[in-house]
Amino acid sequence: MSDTQYLAASTIEEAVNAHSKANGSARFLAGGTDLLVQIKSGIRKPNLVIDIKKIVELNSIEEISENEFVVGASVSGVNLNRNKKFSKLWPGVLEAFRLIGSEQIQGRASLGGNICNGSPAGDSVPALIAAGCIALIAGPNGKREIPIEEFHIGPGKTVLNNGEMLVSLKFPKREINSSDAYLRMTPRTEMDIAVVGCGVNITFENNVCTAARVSLGAVAPTPLLIKEASKIMVGSDLNSEILDKVSKVCMDLCDPIDDKRGTIDYRTKVAGVLFKRATLTTIDRIKGN
Amino acid sequence: MNEISNKWIGKNTVRPDGAEKVTGRAQYSSDTTMPGMIWGHVLRSPHPHAKIKSINTKKAEALDGVKAVITSKDIVDFPLDKPVILGIQDMRWMCRNVMARDKVLFHGHPLAAVAATTEAIAEEACNLIEVDYEILPWAIDIEDAIKPDAPILHDHIKFNDKPSNIAGTLEHKKGDIEEGFAKADVIIERDFKTEAVHQGYLETHSCLVSVAADGRATIWSSSQGQFMVRAMTSFLTGIPQSNIRAIPAEIGGGFGGKTIVYLEPLATVLSQKTGRPVKIVMNREDTMRASGPTSGSKSKIKIGATKDGKIVAAQGTYYLQAGAFPGSPIRGAVGCSLAPYDIPNAHTFGYDVVSNRCKVAAYRAPGAPIGAYGVECVLDEIAEALKICPLELRKLNAAKEGTKAVHGPTYPTMGYMETLEAAMNHPHYKSQLGKHQGRGVASGFWFNAGGESSAQLNITEDGNVVVTTGHPDIGGSRASIANITAELLGIHHDRVSVLIGDTATIGYSNLTGGSRVLFASAMVVTESAKIVIKQLKQRAAKIWGIDEEAIEWENGEARPAGDNAGNFDPLSLAELAGKATATGGPIGAGYQVNTEGAEGGFATHICDVEVDMDLGIVRVKKYTSIQDVGKAIHPDYVEGQLQGGCAQGIGWALSEEYIYNKQGHLDNTGFLDYRMPVCSDLPMLDTVLIEVPNPKHPQGVRGVGEVPLVPPLAAISNAVYQAIGKRSYSLPMSPPKVLKIIEGN
Ligand SMILES: Cc1cc2nc3c(=O)[nH]c(=O)nc-3n(C[C@H](O)[C@H](O)[C@H](O)COP(=O)(O)OP(=O)(O)OC[C@H]3O[C@@H](n4cnc5c(N)ncnc54)[C@H](O)[C@@H]3O)c2cc1C
Repeated sequence: MSDTQYLAASTIEEAVNAHSKANGSARFLAGGTDLLVQIKSGIRKPNLVIDIKKIVELNSIEEISENEFVVGASVSGVNLNRNKKFSKLWPGVLEAFRLIGSEQIQGRASLGGNICNGSPAGDSVPALIAAGCIALIAGPNGKREIPIEEFHIGPGKTVLNNGEMLVSLKFPKREINSSDAYLRMTPRTEMDIAVVGCGVNITFENNVCTAARVSLGAVAPTPLLIKEASKIMVGSDLNSEILDKVSKVCMDLCDPIDDKRGTIDYRTKVAGVLFKRATLTTIDRIKGN
Repeated sequence: MNEISNKWIGKNTVRPDGAEKVTGRAQYSSDTTMPGMIWGHVLRSPHPHAKIKSINTKKAEALDGVKAVITSKDIVDFPLDKPVILGIQDMRWMCRNVMARDKVLFHGHPLAAVAATTEAIAEEACNLIEVDYEILPWAIDIEDAIKPDAPILHDHIKFNDKPSNIAGTLEHKKGDIEEGFAKADVIIERDFKTEAVHQGYLETHSCLVSVAADGRATIWSSSQGQFMVRAMTSFLTGIPQSNIRAIPAEIGGGFGGKTIVYLEPLATVLSQKTGRPVKIVMNREDTMRASGPTSGSKSKIKIGATKDGKIVAAQGTYYLQAGAFPGSPIRGAVGCSLAPYDIPNAHTFGYDVVSNRCKVAAYRAPGAPIGAYGVECVLDEIAEALKICPLELRKLNAAKEGTKAVHGPTYPTMGYMETLEAAMNHPHYKSQLGKHQGRGVASGFWFNAGGESSAQLNITEDGNVVVTTGHPDIGGSRASIANITAELLGIHHDRVSVLIGDTATIGYSNLTGGSRVLFASAMVVTESAKIVIKQLKQRAAKIWGIDEEAIEWENGEARPAGDNAGNFDPLSLAELAGKATATGGPIGAGYQVNTEGAEGGFATHICDVEVDMDLGIVRVKKYTSIQDVGKAIHPDYVEGQLQGGCAQGIGWALSEEYIYNKQGHLDNTGFLDYRMPVCSDLPMLDTVLIEVPNPKHPQGVRGVGEVPLVPPLAAISNAVYQAIGKRSYSLPMSPPKVLKIIEGN
């Protein structure tokens, strides 16, 4: 039996130092909705748990310039939802985040935790990738930035080195005529894990798509940014032929596993369907329907 | 039946356990603690099938904080050649299920247990126990367990004179099916498959046992029967029943799954060895892996009908998983499947199949949902082939008073036909369906049960009433008993308290199961009340100096019966109680009997689903269950029973299943991947209570708790067919499976 130490850090520096000194045996604690479950079931046995919820930067939502947001890594779903402006600009990100767990879980769960947990099925990640978010990271050797689509390197594995923490998520300045959507397939309506998740983020002006990002979750070892999709969509009017084409691309790029949660065949088909539905929802949102 | 007043029977009185439960005061088994208490932990098999060559507990015993380690040597052994039956269980299997003997038979099978000062030490000690296994080939599914070269679980079990995993059979026959099928204009024959599903009680198994220095044991545990706990623990530990006191607790669900013991004998022996109270709590993983579930199945159903819709022959063959030990609910499958119908020629046959899964336990109408599933789906196809409304087809063939059922009995008054008529006339059945929606119907039957019950009814000194019965209240029996007692004594419901006694304070009462509790306990409470009323009249007679026969009991008072009896002011219950000492002492009576006259229950369900044609997701949009409930003593609770059964049926039909991986391990031991429906998966579950009183019961009670789980599997399957135009013959109808069916490959 091992004793676990608990540290509530009040600054980034304190947290990062404590983590790097522990040489891999420490875990950051945000909402704990993944970590505590993992500790209880014996998957993780950290010697040191560093609570990061008291660090100001990690807990704030800032509009650094008009329509440009930075969201702290440990802001809870409930708190992000309270920010009316953010929810208007990024409805897809918010709906992805709000799908996580129940109302009780929402009071704790964070975007940072969802990303850093590293599950290929994490719901917020495809929406954040589609949004074009940048991860702001702090570590013993200073700060760095990295696009979310490069954050994951395998199931449960991220680019974070020992001592490094995710501080916040920087969203691009929101252009007009833009919106986003996230859809996931789960057998249950709630309290379930995505069999496939799809985030779509589009700018659509005068019936022409001028920017598009599509991301898929749970269909590969890491969440995917479907770069091909952007190429086909941008410049088009997003007619049904275009959507069919991109849907096919999505299916081709899927590399899922067969498991108790879904078969390769099923996941692949679902990816194509969700892409289309999420795109239509996004277009509706832009048109204000 | 007494129809006169009904002031309380049929009223939704406030539930007596409500305030305690919503304020967190109610005591569940795992809330109990004792001074000096230590913790038990169970070592479970990591293999689905293996010989135990040796168990070395030395290192575990040496760990600091460990107080005792036990193995099968510490549990009473019942030799394999002689059955030792207790209720529906055989102690030969029970002793091996709670602690593996020569072989482990499923992943999660207990084979040792440790008691230590903390839970963590007990768990760590379990990991120090060294077991030398000889891994054996295993069989999980029925197909694998019954093929000629299947690995045999129990060498002494023979079928056709050869060692076999078929542990038993059961059949019902009526008429001549060959002749029957020869008369049929349409014959449909189909194969069906269902998966094992867990009862899904939120409260996992747990117990606290204290064996004192004089050898007397007290057991607090989560169970559906304190007397069952006492008896089984006695058998498995050798302690006489008189030295075991089993105390029931509030229960966080059972649905049949808490009708056997898992932990109690282990904690008892650990407490005996250590002299300390021992507590063991199962986590969710162990609960899924090593308790419950009900059987998965395969079956073949063949039904023939004439072109005017008369069923002339029906045949059903069922294979049910028993888990590692014999005892699957084939009786429910072969007995209930055809029970709603008057069929001249029928044959049902069931096989009890053991395999390397956890031993099954009862689950709401055990076996009956499996039995009804295939039959009710085939009837849907017959109705379609004959172009008859499926409810009309059922009406044409409905069993009635006087029908001789395929499973034996001749029915008395019953309300099956009424459920069909109510379904046909229900606004739900006439409502419009939307795009990709479909509607299905199905019926179902459950035997219900009587059995032993005891009650004690005491009048308090201030003239109120305390009733004690012996069955854990899982579905509202306390509220209903309070209603009945208030009705019988003619007093306000608030003046009646109903308690559940422990094994030392109330007479033997069979467990809460078989939808028997209100049926049986209402009978013994009624008899007790009759005796108490007689006593009250005697006391009034003494006070007034007139004959007892000249007194009547009405509205909670003794009154002179008519003018000849004399002119006295009525004596209330409180007044009589106040004078009890002077008139002969305490007032109260008990009654105990083996109750008889439980009659079956019938239901018809209507279900609407909507299917996402691109993703294969089925959502239930509208659901109505219509059931002959005899007499609804407390209608809210009856509705709750119906809704609960439907919710579980929806889970069984659409999303719940035991999934085993290639290593023979259960792969979904938590609620994330064992998908019970959540609230938002369910529509409002509407109910219609049809009241055709059971003629053999003083209040007309029929069991209501199990029938509601019988029709849903087929009702939902039939609805899915209507929505997508293709039939599924296996459950659960999970999205990948449904999408495959839609796409036709
Ligand atoms: C009942 C229930 C339902 C759930 N449903 C869903 C669902 O529908 N969809 C879904 O995607 N997830 C779901 N989850 C998982 C979980 O809630 C989410 O992943 C959540 O976003 C995790 O956030 P957290 O703040 O609780 O993370 P924590 O548990 O605190 O942390 C998760 C991991 O990330 C690390 N970490 C956290 N913050 C940082 C940081 N700033 N820098 C570096 N590392 C960090 C931690 O060390 C830990 O390893 C569910 C969980 C539960 C218990």
